[in-house]
Amino acid sequence: MLRHAARVAWKDLRIELRSKEIVYTMAFFGALIVVIYSFAFPLKPDLVRAAVPGMLWVAIAFAGTVGLGRAFDRERENDTMRALLLAPIPRLSVFLGKAMSVAVLALAVAVVCAPLLALLLDAPIFAEPGPIILALVLGAIGFAIVGSVFAATLLKVRSRDVLLPVILYPILIPLFVAGTHATEALIASRVDFDKAWYWISFLGIYDAAALVMSLWVFESLVIE
Amino acid sequence: MNKAIPVLATLSAIGFAACIYLIFNYAPFEPALLFNQKIFYFHVAHAFMLFVAVTICGVSSLIYLKKRTPKWDDLALATAEIAVMFGAVVLVTGMIWAKAAWDIWWTWEKRLTMSLLLWLTLVGYVLVRRFAGASADRLAAGLAVFGTLGIPFIYTMVDRSDHHPQAGANGNVMTLDGPMKLVFWMSVLTFFLWFLTLVMMRVQSARAEREVRELREKGLDAGLFT
Repeated sequence: MLRHAARVAWKDLRIELRSKEIVYTMAFFGALIVVIYSFAFPLKPDLVRAAVPGMLWVAIAFAGTVGLGRAFDRERENDTMRALLLAPIPRLSVFLGKAMSVAVLALAVAVVCAPLLALLLDAPIFAEPGPIILALVLGAIGFAIVGSVFAATLLKVRSRDVLLPVILYPILIPLFVAGTHATEALIASRVDFDKAWYWISFLGIYDAAALVMSLWVFESLVIE
Repeated sequence: MNKAIPVLATLSAIGFAACIYLIFNYAPFEPALLFNQKIFYFHVAHAFMLFVAVTICGVSSLIYLKKRTPKWDDLALATAEIAVMFGAVVLVTGMIWAKAAWDIWWTWEKRLTMSLLLWLTLVGYVLVRRFAGASADRLAAGLAVFGTLGIPFIYTMVDRSDHHPQAGANGNVMTLDGPMKLVFWMSVLTFFLWFLTLVMMRVQSARAEREVRELREKGLDAGLFT
């Protein structure tokens, strides 16, 4: 099952590597969000420290949703989602594969936004690189898992672009809050490792629970 | 089910009148909050019903996804819509009470935050139901399932990330005693009956809507309408 999933993911990523459409537009969108932040909020050093965690995760949520929608739109254009679901591989591999490729895309946003925030707002985001990268990876995975379930289900719906955030954000609030708290603990002037690990493990458990639930309901959700 | 609705509605009407009477004439004043505390009997009872509704909605959505029997979907839809209503009452009465007791309309206190997040998920559910077209039932069921899955996470989250001082322990139901306890549980019972009445009525109308839709589709297939 995992091998098939990897193959689906690799298919997506290869399309992406050739066209670079999603990565470029998402990264640019993410960068724009960061630039808008720097105009929208007062940039006093102590305020930046307090606001940057939220900025980072909101940017990931917004740009990630755009990329997520686009990644699944591709499967709609030639009705290839149906082909994927009919393929002689477990349907869960399709789900896992899509989730993997979306996770990579979401991480790409983080890779653009985090350094840009550090650069433009002079925020000490990479004071503790290890844990923060772990938090971002776990956040991207959780986003991709829940996002793929609903983006796949929304494929046939006309107003999917509006409904995707309407569905995703209420569900993902714990994820983003945990990510924000972990980041906050890690960029504080006195790094609070206990708090950071608490929230990182929260993210891990959230991901695990979301994964189990997704594997359980994915088929019932996407099959008409 | 049909026959139960008028009975339940009557019972909840009687209970409602009795509750109002008891709240103002029997239950004693709370020493710190005096008259303001009276809203508690409605507020907390509604909050209980919100949680009951959310749980029923999540569980029946999961069953619907697994079994695809439409009656579970009707139940999920009914409880979700009613939960939005009860949640709105919880939030509004909560704000009124907060203004009276803490002199502030809103604070990011644990219970407030949690009710708000739950309520937002349910509003999302209703929006999806209305605007997602043919696959609305599956999507909404997925939203309800994941939303319910999120409850323990939201709980730990708000429990841990609460930076604000705890604003009094005046919501702790278990410490009530005497007349207050009696009146409180009576209002919970009343609103539970009211909740049941509403759910049953809504399930009935959801089923009727579905049947009309199915009949219409049959008619279309048979070429009755053009």
